[in-house]
Amino acid sequence: MKTKNPVRRSFLLLLLGGVIGYGLGVGLDVLVTGQLDFAAPLTGMFALLGTSVAYFFGLVGYWGITRGLVWQVIGTLAGGLFVSGIRVLMGLEAFGGFFFSEPAWVFGGLVGGLSFLVGVGAVTDWYKWAKGEPTSEHHHDPEGYVKYFGVSLDHKVIGIQYTVTALLLMGIGGLFAMIFRTELAASQLQFLTTTFRAFDQNGLQFYNTLMSLHGIIMIISILLGVAGMINYLVPLLIGAQDMAFPRLNAFSFWIAVPAAVLLVSALFLGGFDTGWTGYPPLSARSPVGIQMFFLGVFLAGWSSILGGLNLLATVVRMRARGMTAFRMPIFAWAAIATSLISLTATQFIGLSFQLVMFQRLLGMGFFDPTKGGNPVLFQHMFWFYSHPAVYVFVLPGLGIISELLPVFVRKPLYGYRWVAMSSLGIALVGFLVWAHHMFASGMNEYLRVPFMYSTLLVAVPTGVKFFSWVATLWKGKITTPTPMLFVLGAILVFLVGGLTGPPHGTISVDLHLTDTYFVVGHFHDTMFGGYVFPFFAALYYWFPKATGRRMNETLGKLHFWLMTPSFFVLTFAMMRVGLLGMRRRIADYDPLLGFDLSHLIMTIAGYLIFTSVVIFVYNFFHSLKHGELAEGNLWNSRSPEWLVPSPMPVHNYDQAFEVVGEPYDYGLDGSRYVQFEDEKIKDIEG
Amino acid sequence: MRHFVIVAILVIAMTFLAYFGLVASDLMPVQASAQAVSIDWLWNLELMMISFLFALIVVPMFYSLIVFRRRKGETGDGEHMEGNTTLEVTWTIIPLFIVLAFAYLGAYSLGETRRLDPGAMVINVTAQQFAFSFEYPELGFVSDELYLAVDKQVVLKMTSRDVIHSFWVPEFRIKQDIVPGRVTEYRITPTLLTDEQPFKVRCAELCGASHAYMLSDVRVVTQEDFDVWAAARQEEAAAAAQTPEGRGQALSVANGCLGCHTVDGAAGTGPTWFNLYGRQEQLADGTVVIADDAYIHESIVDPQAKIVAGFESVFMPAYDFTDEQIADIIAYIKTLE
Repeated sequence: MKTKNPVRRSFLLLLLGGVIGYGLGVGLDVLVTGQLDFAAPLTGMFALLGTSVAYFFGLVGYWGITRGLVWQVIGTLAGGLFVSGIRVLMGLEAFGGFFFSEPAWVFGGLVGGLSFLVGVGAVTDWYKWAKGEPTSEHHHDPEGYVKYFGVSLDHKVIGIQYTVTALLLMGIGGLFAMIFRTELAASQLQFLTTTFRAFDQNGLQFYNTLMSLHGIIMIISILLGVAGMINYLVPLLIGAQDMAFPRLNAFSFWIAVPAAVLLVSALFLGGFDTGWTGYPPLSARSPVGIQMFFLGVFLAGWSSILGGLNLLATVVRMRARGMTAFRMPIFAWAAIATSLISLTATQFIGLSFQLVMFQRLLGMGFFDPTKGGNPVLFQHMFWFYSHPAVYVFVLPGLGIISELLPVFVRKPLYGYRWVAMSSLGIALVGFLVWAHHMFASGMNEYLRVPFMYSTLLVAVPTGVKFFSWVATLWKGKITTPTPMLFVLGAILVFLVGGLTGPPHGTISVDLHLTDTYFVVGHFHDTMFGGYVFPFFAALYYWFPKATGRRMNETLGKLHFWLMTPSFFVLTFAMMRVGLLGMRRRIADYDPLLGFDLSHLIMTIAGYLIFTSVVIFVYNFFHSLKHGELAEGNLWNSRSPEWLVPSPMPVHNYDQAFEVVGEPYDYGLDGSRYVQFEDEKIKDIEG
Repeated sequence: MRHFVIVAILVIAMTFLAYFGLVASDLMPVQASAQAVSIDWLWNLELMMISFLFALIVVPMFYSLIVFRRRKGETGDGEHMEGNTTLEVTWTIIPLFIVLAFAYLGAYSLGETRRLDPGAMVINVTAQQFAFSFEYPELGFVSDELYLAVDKQVVLKMTSRDVIHSFWVPEFRIKQDIVPGRVTEYRITPTLLTDEQPFKVRCAELCGASHAYMLSDVRVVTQEDFDVWAAARQEEAAAAAQTPEGRGQALSVANGCLGCHTVDGAAGTGPTWFNLYGRQEQLADGTVVIADDAYIHESIVDPQAKIVAGFESVFMPAYDFTDEQIADIIAYIKTLE
């Protein structure tokens, strides 16, 4: 029988294989233990095994991603069995609590991640080159949605792959948050109790796992979302055909997928209870899950580093004619600042986690005081990346704000050069402030003072951005369609995040604030204002460019008006209880503190935010097919990508353009930013 | 010009509104230590600055949104203003001086919280998953709740037996992590008596599954009440001191031995004391020694002489005990079976 729709068939088979495998796992567990446990450690294993079987019978390999995932499973099993075999030969115990022993899981996880890249086809061209076989310069992507499920070298496809993966991870991370937010709605333990069992964790441990995974999954989601915006937009904005290294670009995206799988798998391998910061000695004692977390971050880090490298090369080498540094779109400046950080700082989080990994596997005592190690050293290494990382998260978002404001205000971006330089300023000062996370850590007391000075300095370039935005709004002709609403929301939310930052910078006040819900409220404000709101603004704004249809305005406005007030309520309540004594990362709080009502309000606000995002997701998928057609310059922008029809042609601009003016000269009669080849000819003839 | 005047007035109004709103919403717990005074003072200054900057951005933003909105039928663009270097320099330089001033004030406030009283009583705090214990070495007993005399500075010397913990009493404001393998210091001068409801010290650094429940009572009492309480605890301790093993236990607690040597067989920074007496110990140089009176005696007065394998990198200080004291400690160790 010839398959009419191989995609649907393979998907069904994959699902079926997973379900049958899971059923087998549960059944086998009942036979062995005599108890019905739907979350027994073996069930996940069997579900994965089922999908692998489905692969061989079901042509699941039709999609690159499913092929990659099956390869990842096989690679994990192969790597795990390899190490288990060696352990048998060494006379060690071959298997552990979660089927494999810890070293076998780590090696298997690594082999699995790399196998994914082979399976999906992200290294095929390089392999061919190594063998001396030629490959075509461009790959011809298949028609329709299939191209998004396999390796493509087109930066627009990769940008959308990044973006959708980011949204998916945001959904998972948000779901985790909803689970523990529900537990927090009242004091005492409601359902994550000490008798609760899931994946070898009791309620308290499961709470810690969910809380930790919420953090790291959201962070990876943000990194992917940032990469999505940069990948899709920067080549279009600077008039390049693609990124400088298309294969490296595809590799950077695809390595993030097995990384995400590894992160989520931590949940099933006993979880980990350290938060996303993974401080030893606690992380040296956590269950095996922590190793999957380390591995996942390690692989995702490669995505960041290579992505940063690629972007810098692209902006430096591939700008359109006439696009001098100060005629670049402001988003390109933000992307440069971000990429400088991700290229040079990401190594430190990878390294710090790798050291803990080795401490666990090989008994090296890097952070173990009983072996002369120093736990505080880890914190220095960790924050050397993880503080600049927050600027990786927010700088592109702030770039989006600066990029979109002039369009909807119909005025030039006020102080363009200052805004551009402030991004670099934030990125550079950001490297000198890491120890402000450690004021209470027991680090050298006097060293805290210079870090206080450097930390507060970040406020200066950030202030320049705010003042410039306000000056841009002044005397404009402001309209507020959905993207502009999100831009304005971003400014407000980031303002609250920005203003609650400096108190953390002053050491004595920080000694009260650190490790409380005040910090939680503060950084959710910076993340939402600096990333989530601008990300949604960008999605609403460039959706028509990618699809030729626009998203529904009414639903978009509903999304905004539901999310924004709820979000303010959530974070203000967080900050208030934090000041009054609510610690971070606790599964339960003292009823005597009187925080029950505040937490109930926070939980309701959390649900409203989640609902608003569900509305967004519906709008997104509904508009793909049924959205109003929007093929022209919908927002009346000067930017080159809007001067060609939507959706964007495969190789971007059919004819090159030259930059002949300032990017944001709205309100200057007769000015233009770019001139296409045929317009030039017309000018000469005319 | 009219726009600027209106906005300036609104900014001032909004600043006051925001500041008094923040102050009225009682954001901080009661102030119960001398150190909290300078922290709350700086926090209040920061609230003023936050209110002003909030107004400075939000007011012109909403003013523009209302006054400069595109009206029905309008098609043109806004005014073509590209920027103004003087203005940009101004709003770079002024904030620069403001943050430098705040950094200076921050350092000053930090200095205030570090003001030390040379006569401060030492309390040794040991943290472990998921409990604190408080040892009063000058008074010779250990307690699981923290009793403090009002207006008397104490210095807590804190260490951890396992993972990183953090010492935080919200009413005192200051927080200090407790790190295994080192001693961190926390100085506090309580200024407010507790009533029925004690303050609580809460672990503020994620330390494992039951992190949420890691807390102990803190009671601040008058010097007289403190003396009564201390005397009662000393009496308990004295009863224990009648026996060699009781004295040995008190010595071990008071000198921090148990910070490194567990008494229940759990792993610690040093070898466990559980079943230690008479045990064969594998030494780092490969020889084997039996932990008898002579060996334990030597290990206390000259810890580096014979090091148990696996503990090569741990530096234990030499102790200057009398022979009787060492005999008491050995008597105590003998009971740990």
